[in-house]
Amino acid sequence: MSADQDGTNLLEVRGLTKIFGTLTACDHVDLNIARGEIHALLGENGAGKSTLVKMLFGSLEPNSGQIFWNGEPVRITSPGVAKKLGIGMVFQHFSLFEALTAAENIALSLDDGSPIGSIAAKARALSYSYGLPLDPDSLVGDLSVGERQRIEIIRCLLQAPQLIILDEPTSVLTPQEADKLFETLDRLRAEGKSILYISHRLEEVKRICDRATVLRHGKVVGHCNPRDETAASLARMMVGSEVQAVVRAPVAGLEAAQPLLEIRNLSRKPATPFSIPLRNISLTVRAGEVIGIAGVAGNGQGEFFESVSGEVLQQDAASVRIRSKDAGGLSITGRRLLGAAFVPEERLGHGAAPRMKLSENLLLSRHATDGKAFVGIGGIVGSGAIQTAAQRIIKAMDVRKSAPDPEAAALSGGNLQKFIVGRELDRSPSVMVVNQPTWGVDAGAAARIRQALIELSRSGSAVLVISQDLDELFEISDAIAVMHNGELSKPMPIAEATFERIGLLMGGAEPGHAEHGLEIA
Amino acid sequence: MDIAVNILLTIATAATPLLIAAIGELVVERSGVLNLGVEGMMIMGAVGGFGAGYLTGSPWIGLLAAIAMGALFSLLFAVMTLSLATNQVATGLSLTLLGLGLSGMMGTNFVGQPGVRLPNLDIPGLTSFPVIGRLLFGQDPIFYISIALTAAVMWFLFKTRTGLTLRSIGDSHSSAHALGIRVIRYRYLSVIFGGACAGLAGGHLSLVYTPQWVENMTAGRGWIALALVVFASWRPWRVLAGAYIFGAVWIGQLHAQAFGIPVPSQVLSALPYLATVVVLVLISRNKRLTMMNTPASLGQPFVPDR
Repeated sequence: MSADQDGTNLLEVRGLTKIFGTLTACDHVDLNIARGEIHALLGENGAGKSTLVKMLFGSLEPNSGQIFWNGEPVRITSPGVAKKLGIGMVFQHFSLFEALTAAENIALSLDDGSPIGSIAAKARALSYSYGLPLDPDSLVGDLSVGERQRIEIIRCLLQAPQLIILDEPTSVLTPQEADKLFETLDRLRAEGKSILYISHRLEEVKRICDRATVLRHGKVVGHCNPRDETAASLARMMVGSEVQAVVRAPVAGLEAAQPLLEIRNLSRKPATPFSIPLRNISLTVRAGEVIGIAGVAGNGQGEFFESVSGEVLQQDAASVRIRSKDAGGLSITGRRLLGAAFVPEERLGHGAAPRMKLSENLLLSRHATDGKAFVGIGGIVGSGAIQTAAQRIIKAMDVRKSAPDPEAAALSGGNLQKFIVGRELDRSPSVMVVNQPTWGVDAGAAARIRQALIELSRSGSAVLVISQDLDELFEISDAIAVMHNGELSKPMPIAEATFERIGLLMGGAEPGHAEHGLEIA
Repeated sequence: MDIAVNILLTIATAATPLLIAAIGELVVERSGVLNLGVEGMMIMGAVGGFGAGYLTGSPWIGLLAAIAMGALFSLLFAVMTLSLATNQVATGLSLTLLGLGLSGMMGTNFVGQPGVRLPNLDIPGLTSFPVIGRLLFGQDPIFYISIALTAAVMWFLFKTRTGLTLRSIGDSHSSAHALGIRVIRYRYLSVIFGGACAGLAGGHLSLVYTPQWVENMTAGRGWIALALVVFASWRPWRVLAGAYIFGAVWIGQLHAQAFGIPVPSQVLSALPYLATVVVLVLISRNKRLTMMNTPASLGQPFVPDR
């Protein structure tokens, strides 16, 4: 399976290097892909995987190095050139047009000028033959993330590529949808097509990939057959050291603990034509517990977080209660003053102001709640106190940085996230709500953040974590609820929860869903 | 009957420059570029058209010069915003200021000079037909161009593959780039098309509407065209409707003022704007349809990472 008859690989990459400013994103990377193999590209966030495939697909130009296609040296100067060679790509952040229909989206990537009507029919036929049913006339903006991925895949297949690059394809799928995708990939391999499969999910790489190339800090650190490795040994290769395991001691008697965050029949109309309404959500988080909210992206999690944090106010003040006080009509600051803390999904631009220093970002979020500590007489900022607090947080969360008090944007994703979470933990909040706590964060920082959230709950706070990462939720939660199409299921105690049961709920299976009295979507 | 026909003809003359400039800007904005320089491109077209017509004595050469002047002037905007990725709002505003100033300077010697006028269509037997003869077969050539242009743009945007590509760039330029679509090239052509249209609209003013050169003779029509595009939610036939509503109320209030109706003239002068906004807002009530037609990447500079 390593090379075909004449001994050449489909794709060979030698010494490919890409430099952004002072950062070497890819450092002399070598990669060989044979015909008819599924080749995994493994690495942590920031290891250079996306940069590498962008160079293979022509959206980035390498500083040096060579690419051989069928043994011939080629220069891939644009995505158009890549497509002509026979390279197709399914992007992690989809490159679809929301205001156009599925068929129009597909038509745009085909160069043969065939009329849209015939493309719709072709797309429909192909999608059913691969078991990825698709309605060509639906607007992309109305589709779920899983359905959008189908369009991306069909669009790619219609170009009859020799090599298909899939960038983190399962991060937006339920476990059942992922199984479907693997069947499709198996079939493509059987047809002799090659697949470059990018992922940080080790179990699925072990399951479907023939070979793997591991990247760390932009360099290739190893090639292996994933079937011969264990998940732990692959993780070691990716991270370069052992990852601290997260420890979660079970707690008893939670039912009797005081409810600190109560959400009662929370509903919200869709804010834009393409967004999800919230339907009658009820949930209680008690002192000492971590509740996780799972769900495929775009099922109302963002809307839910905005409503709980106070970025959007509720008509019914009793629909959000913090420490037994009605908070639905309160602003973010009002809710913070009741003892709650919030960490939004987007780090730069939402959780922190990118061009401001860490200490300034600390003041921005805490001047209202900790005014006495940070702001002196006449509204003068107490810079000494802020510096002390910022350094305290940096130390507590092990934030690594290049300057004493750098701009937020100068930190890596993981380190900034540690600071933002640490900034809220520093207040010892009695209610903590976090959206995607470790999205795009390296394994070491993720473990640190998860452990800190568990410890906060064990010290008597209520912690609510919204995440797309099921592994993470299983690691830290005492119970998991699932959000689907704007509805929230009843929390399932972790002892009863399995990937399969949660996955079914993520796909919209009803058992366990709370009563809602609305139409079944 | 003759009075009614005359009124209808003046409405068409008032609406035509708005329609042409707005249709051009609609294509530009559908590609995701916001060019606030319509007023400037229009006045450049007006001065260029008048000058060429006056110097050569041929209104047809004037017409071509107006188009070329608008297109050339928009090229300046295209180079700045597309190749150098400057802020589109600021660049568009300065284009307007530059155009107003530059046209005044270029036109110093044209002030008070007699201009040439594009002849109205005259088809023997048809044009003299009662009532509809003059409406259908007796107007100026730019009127017919404006109607044909609207139909052509509608067909191009929604029925052709190139039009689909243009709309997709307006929806998301990064997605379009990832598909291998040449975003910058499409935008250049769109901006130049918009410039040519604005120039033509300006030429209408100085070669048909009032065949002479007066400084600032566009009198804010470029801004009205810009507003029409937005209120018409980027749909060609609504731009047409908006331009004609504006033209009709404009002419209507002029007559009302002449009759001495006891309403302050300022209120009457405001009516065309008010009526156009109200009508277009009413027909754009469907939020979903508006969302679908709004170019999501409007005004954002596109810089592909390399």
